[in-house]
Amino acid sequence: MPHDHADHLSPSGHPYRPDDDHPLSYWQTLEIAVRELLVEKEITTAADIAEQIDAMDARNPTMGAQVVARYWTEPEFATALLADGAKATREMGFDIGPMKLIALPNRPDLHNIVVCTLCSCYPRNLLGLPPDWYKSRAYRSRTVREPRKVLAEFGVTLPESTEVRVHDSTADMRYIVIPNRPARTEGLDQAALAALVTRDSMIGTGIARTP
Amino acid sequence: MGGDAAGPVPTDQHDFALWEKRVDALMVLCSGKGLFTVDGLRRVLEDMGEESFETMTYYERWIASVNQNLIEAGAYTTAELATKMTQVQARGDTYGEASDASG
Repeated sequence: MPHDHADHLSPSGHPYRPDDDHPLSYWQTLEIAVRELLVEKEITTAADIAEQIDAMDARNPTMGAQVVARYWTEPEFATALLADGAKATREMGFDIGPMKLIALPNRPDLHNIVVCTLCSCYPRNLLGLPPDWYKSRAYRSRTVREPRKVLAEFGVTLPESTEVRVHDSTADMRYIVIPNRPARTEGLDQAALAALVTRDSMIGTGIARTP
Repeated sequence: MGGDAAGPVPTDQHDFALWEKRVDALMVLCSGKGLFTVDGLRRVLEDMGEESFETMTYYERWIASVNQNLIEAGAYTTAELATKMTQVQARGDTYGEASDASG
């Protein structure tokens, strides 16, 4: 029987996938209107907007991973990063703009985790756009209240003897966690080390991979 | 809301739609032009009240705040916005159609 499939399947028997062609929403209408007004008023241009989106799409956690790998292998860079994170990462080509960047090195007895209780402040110059969960009410509320439980949900279970420090980002100040360097990585070069550094390990909801 | 009780951290992740990326780009570009600050963006978000965090998506809240800040900065008037919104809506029923100003 060709027509006895469930309603959520297409005629070819595949589930429908959400597409970009659902009905226009009020907020989408507002976005189009604001954007066109800004272009008409010559405040910005369509090309500037497209370029900004491309630049944003190009940023991803591999940039932060390069920073961590250098921290692990170059003591001078580590010192410079701790002294002025914005400057040290700008010199690598990852400009954070006018904001401060603070690197938070973990230690065997110390685990750092980053949140933005207000909204979604995030070191975009090093990690790209924040994941949805980082912006969620649950993460923002609970990370300052019960960080160990949140960490456990992400699969990071820490002994009671490990101190947990929660860092609340602001509009002007961003954090990047420097995860502990995994054991048995002495012979690896920076590229191989960077491949072990996950996005979550730099937010503090994860740890670096082992090779 | 930091410190409030809440359920498990959601693990869903969605790819950002084009209109969401555009909202983000407008925020960055307009901040860069000095039309508003991150504090201005935050103030409007806070003024929306807790309910909006349950009923609106992230970039819906952002475009509402960006718009409010731009009106306050004098970038355009509410009358200009109303006219433009009507024009956009008249172009079609999907985001793609409504984005096409040439039609």
